Amino acid sequence: MAEQIDYSSLKKGGFMRQKQKGFFSLRLAVVGGNLTAENIKTIAEVAEKYGHGYVHMTSRQGVEIPFINFNDIEEVRAKLLEGGVKPGVCGPRVRTVTACQGSAICPSGCIDSYELAKEFDERYFGRELPHKFKFGVTGCMNNCLKSEENDLGVKGGYIIDYKADKCISCGVCIKACREGALSLDDNGKVVLDTSKCNNCGRCVKSCPADSWDYEPGYIVSFGGLFGNQIYKGEQIVPIIKDKETLFRVADAAIDFFDKHANAGERFRKTLQRVGEEEFRKEIQAAYEGK
Amino acid sequence: MADIAFDESVDITDKVCPLTFVKAKVTLDELDDGQILAIRMNDGEPVQNVPRSIKDEGHQILKLDDNGDGTYTLYVKKVGD
Ligand code: HEM
Ligand code: SF4
Ligand code: SF4
Ligand code: SF4
Repeated sequence: MAEQIDYSSLKKGGFMRQKQKGFFSLRLAVVGGNLTAENIKTIAEVAEKYGHGYVHMTSRQGVEIPFINFNDIEEVRAKLLEGGVKPGVCGPRVRTVTACQGSAICPSGCIDSYELAKEFDERYFGRELPHKFKFGVTGCMNNCLKSEENDLGVKGGYIIDYKADKCISCGVCIKACREGALSLDDNGKVVLDTSKCNNCGRCVKSCPADSWDYEPGYIVSFGGLFGNQIYKGEQIVPIIKDKETLFRVADAAIDFFDKHANAGERFRKTLQRVGEEEFRKEIQAAYEGK
Repeated sequence: MADIAFDESVDITDKVCPLTFVKAKVTLDELDDGQILAIRMNDGEPVQNVPRSIKDEGHQILKLDDNGDGTYTLYVKKVGD
């Protein structure tokens, strides 16, 4: 029996071969770190009945059920689907899209991270590529979701505009800003040094007089790698104001990877080998809508 | 700096986050609607975060004064009972 196991198709279905012969750790699909109560009950039942009664939480918000016997795979799959739980993916394709709770829940959030994670998931999840590709979405500069570790990371920010007429010169924003981008002038008006502003939105959120207009935006980083080698994803284009442009830029990045990467080569390595010049050009063009 | 008249004061420089905010909030809870509280806090995390937390609780921030000794005083008007 064992010699008939097609490991690569099992891996695609989220079954990770264990050290223990004939057993698989089953990886489940999780988007943005959320599971419903029904999902969790189903997972618990499967872990008790087919596994060893526990689950493993992965470092990227995934859930795995270890010790699934090869002979139970079909039954387990069916049982999970009844509870709305789908197998995850491993191997050379788009992986779990991670997200923090974002502006729907977190007071610091500048964008709805979970919503965006779902949109990325619908657009790209499981797409076959030369190697794995990871998306992560974090709601603000606090970066709880570590945006730059991902092949494509998105971080929420605010594009701010000071409204002097509403300002009561309280001075709160000057201290709330961690970048030293704000100061009060002699007339008690706020002066913004845009070169220091990182779009964190702390001024907007702390102001008691609504003296700031703001637009949410997406700060995108490319080519993060946090495995055997470590690289921080880099920002190439300015903060993006609309989802249409965001998706255009993401499409361009993933298409570039698909077209240029060798099999088994991570995005950062492709960028280094092919040369980042070309990539920058394509991302810039996508950003400008060309 | 124009001095603001206040009804009550609290010093939270002896606390670290998140107890800074908790101490300020407990004092605010004891005030009546419209009364003004002066809160003395340290530079750094407290002055970066406490004003925002108090705003999020729905109170009215009036002014943040630099005391020049590494501490700040925040004047807050209580909103609601
Ligand atoms: C004004 C007061 C507060 C300050 C200055 C403050 C500051 C912080 C900071 C800087 C972090 C680290 C965030 C990061 O870098 O990821 C943090 C995390 C945290 N704070 Fe506070 N905080 C305050 C109030 C509170 C309150 C009132 C609570 C709960 C009663 C709280 C609970 C937490 C928890 C649970 C975390 C860890 C979150 C995580 O890592 O998942 N904080 N806080
Ligand atoms: S990254 Fe920002 S929005 Fe997301 S959980 Fe952290 S503080 Fe909240
Ligand atoms: S958005 Fe952040 S960095 Fe920019 S001025 Fe406001 S507080 Fe400072
Ligand atoms: S927090 Fe708002 S009201 Fe106070 S100084 Fe800044 S912009 Fe003006």
